[in-house]
Amino acid sequence: MAHVPFEYGLYLAAALFLIGLVGVLVRRNLIFVLASIEIMLNAAGLAFVVAGSRWGHADGQIMFIFILSMAAAEVAVGLALALLFRRAFGSLDVDAASRMRG
Amino acid sequence: MTVVFYIAGAVALISTLLVITRRNTIHALLLLVISLLAVAVVFYTLGAPFVAALEVIVYAGAIVVLFLFTVMLLNVGRLAEGDEPGRLRGVHFLAPGILAGTLLVLLAIAIASGPSAQVGARAVGPTEVGAALYGPYAIGVELASTLLLAALIGARHLGQRQREAGFADAVSLAATPATTGPAGEPPAELAPVGAPTAGDETPPDAPGGDEPAPAEPSVRFWRKDGD
Amino acid sequence: MLHALFLVPLLPFAGFVVLALFGRRLSHTGVAVVGAGSVGLAALVAIAVSIDFIAHPPAGHAFDQALWTWFSVASLKVQVALYLDPLAICFILIVTCVGFLIHLYSVEHMGEDDGYARFFAYMNLFVGFMLVLVLADNLLLLYLGWEGVGLCSYLLIGFWFKHWYNGYAARKAFVVTRIGDTAMIVGLFLLFTQLGTLQIQPLMARAAAAWPQGSALAVAAALLLLGGAVGKSAQLPLQTWLPDAMAGPSPVSALIHAATMVTAGVYLIARTNVLFDLAPAARTTVAVIGAATLLYAGVSALFQVDLKRILAYSTVSQVGYMFLALGVGAWSAGVFMFITHAFFKALLFLSAGVVIDALEDEHDIFKMGGLRTRLPLAFWTFLIGAAALAALPVVTAGFYSKDLIIDRALQSTEGGVWLWTAALVGSLLTGLYAFRAVFVVFFGEAHSDPRLDFHAGWAVRLPLYVLAALAVIGGLIDIPRGWAHVQKLDDFLAPVLPPAPLRHGGLAGAVWTTFLPGVVALAGIGLAWLLYERRRQEAAEADTSAAARYFLGGWGFDVLYRYAFEVPYLWFAHVSRNDLFEPPVAGLARLIRAGWRGLSATQDGLVRRYLYVIGLGVGVGILLVVLR
Repeated sequence: MAHVPFEYGLYLAAALFLIGLVGVLVRRNLIFVLASIEIMLNAAGLAFVVAGSRWGHADGQIMFIFILSMAAAEVAVGLALALLFRRAFGSLDVDAASRMRG
Repeated sequence: MTVVFYIAGAVALISTLLVITRRNTIHALLLLVISLLAVAVVFYTLGAPFVAALEVIVYAGAIVVLFLFTVMLLNVGRLAEGDEPGRLRGVHFLAPGILAGTLLVLLAIAIASGPSAQVGARAVGPTEVGAALYGPYAIGVELASTLLLAALIGARHLGQRQREAGFADAVSLAATPATTGPAGEPPAELAPVGAPTAGDETPPDAPGGDEPAPAEPSVRFWRKDGD
Repeated sequence: MLHALFLVPLLPFAGFVVLALFGRRLSHTGVAVVGAGSVGLAALVAIAVSIDFIAHPPAGHAFDQALWTWFSVASLKVQVALYLDPLAICFILIVTCVGFLIHLYSVEHMGEDDGYARFFAYMNLFVGFMLVLVLADNLLLLYLGWEGVGLCSYLLIGFWFKHWYNGYAARKAFVVTRIGDTAMIVGLFLLFTQLGTLQIQPLMARAAAAWPQGSALAVAAALLLLGGAVGKSAQLPLQTWLPDAMAGPSPVSALIHAATMVTAGVYLIARTNVLFDLAPAARTTVAVIGAATLLYAGVSALFQVDLKRILAYSTVSQVGYMFLALGVGAWSAGVFMFITHAFFKALLFLSAGVVIDALEDEHDIFKMGGLRTRLPLAFWTFLIGAAALAALPVVTAGFYSKDLIIDRALQSTEGGVWLWTAALVGSLLTGLYAFRAVFVVFFGEAHSDPRLDFHAGWAVRLPLYVLAALAVIGGLIDIPRGWAHVQKLDDFLAPVLPPAPLRHGGLAGAVWTTFLPGVVALAGIGLAWLLYERRRQEAAEADTSAAARYFLGGWGFDVLYRYAFEVPYLWFAHVSRNDLFEPPVAGLARLIRAGWRGLSATQDGLVRRYLYVIGLGVGVGILLVVLR
């Protein structure tokens, strides 16, 4: 296997996570927001796998599986909501859904 | 292997950066696929082949595909509403970029402050993972499956075309007039009478939902007053 | 018989209670009987008590009747107790007898008024309080009576409350006398804290023992009490309320603002004469105030146009004479003046009431005229009153009392040539303005006619006759030196009021000075005749020159007070109408509201913004972890 200090894996995970965060903050299209959230989830999973492989256990991978299934569930529901969103607001601009204000 | 790790890592970073800056949705999603594949390679180099495969199959192969389907359904593509060209200019990346940069520095400090170690020497194969899944983590498996079920139901329900009575349509062909309503209805999958409309977008065939139909349904799953 | 003393104030109070509770249900006659009768009965009891006192004087020439304990707190025990001595006898006799005559007059004069029962109720209440004032054994009870008469004065001045001016005049009277009352209560505090008691006789004894002549405390206490007296007796500088108090009915003016309430200050000073003797500075102040006031009021009266205002300023002036007498140490002369003044001033007001009533509420003397033949009753009674006021020699009571004062002003060791001269000039002015009124109102061309249905019944005539008689013969109890040596009043009051310190020789001993007051009075009357009877043209209308208007307005005191006190106070009230504590409190509210708006603004419904904040929070969390 690769002989890298496992911190590098964590750095990579952190970087990917933060890129996803920036994506969520900047993009206003709902699809992109959801995609950026997926990036963030993926990065978190990467961090788990790195940790698991550092210790040589399967636990990291198992956590990744759970995260993965959760991400899948979330995407399913989220995209269904995206459809409803489009129907309700006419566009996919998340800033249009700001009625819960004040 | 070490080199592969670094290359895959770089590819992942670059492609993720490109994902969030593309205007065209399809391009962004395809770049996302590349990113996920790169991460899968990273997994492999870290000695986790099972999850590498899972990453490709589930993440890149199902989730992103789902995204693509939705994009095609909604005809988003080049139109990317809300993200008009004017809004994707550099200035909008400034504040989030500063925030991300600060967080990166902090995280790096946090990571670096711990003890250093090497990635484990051996690969952890599917057997071990499976044994752990059905052993100590069995409960997690059950919960995950329940979660997926809930997501499935929720997605199906949410994706329906709007109608006044909702699920009642499926049973309203023979429904009694007063008592039915969307709340407390049995899930559509179990509705005995009438064809359950599984698709999201199919229009209802029921004859004007709320009209009182005189006949009793042949099978009822709910209690009526007087029973 | 002396033990019936408590009935004297009780009867009028009982009358008040009956009229206040049942006044509306009683018939007209019933109200009159209760109202006038209670004071009449009180007068009878007072006369009986006085006869008993004079015939069998009790030990120490004083009778004390303790009724009950008002309150007892720490070292202060205040009783409701009545104290009768010669000074008190003079006052209660005048208050009840002259009061009864005025009540009798009001039975007819106020007969058609809607507030008939209310009027008598207030009048009875007033008489009750005045009697409490003069019979009080201690200063706190005296102050109770003091405040009570002030209240009744307010109620009665504003008796016709529906017209705004009457309410204003009542308030003005109350507020101005209040200033004096405040000085007085501070004086009471001072006396109590220094000497430990408020009972008058022990207080005087302790003061004489503890304070040397001219000590600062004595002067301070005396000046404070003087402040109260000045307010109640309408002397300078608190005299502005009395002319406006003429807004009340004529009987009210007669009783309260001529005969009794305004003399309460005189009573107070006479009562506490020991204290004033200990403070020569204060006593001189009394004399100076008296002299200044009598000149001030005399000049003002000369330019007045309203008949009752002439009499009001005249009252201020005559009370000034009383103060002058007290100030030079001629205590009993001051009391003598009080007695005769009560007679002729009440007479003047009551006959003025007849005139005003007959002319259907006309007050302007220049719209009267020629009433000598049309209202003979009013003419003769007013003439006798004016003569007594001007101190027409020999035949009027006023002559004896006023000349005694003028004499004492010169003779007393505390007096002097200046005070004597002031008194003489005042006497000239008195004759002048009194007979100006007589000539303008009763002589000359008639400008208004009395109403045809005017008829004065016996209830109006009897008091006028009695008072006229008293105004003539009432002075014979004290005849000045050089003529005969009758000093009945002086002797009677001697146990209470020390005789005036006299000096002999020099101007004081000159015999011709005894005739001067009489000559001056006659000169005043003659001058009035010249100006107002002879030179008809000038007498036909009021003088409208600037000087005349200045004196008409009481030498501008009202204007002065308005700019000195009212305007700054109102400005200050206006400026601080947002009270001092409001801006911080309101500012706090505004701050909180701004914070709310700020926080509300963060809830803008944009998920991305929320995420941003979450990101910041996470950053802070990591920072904390890193820093640990």
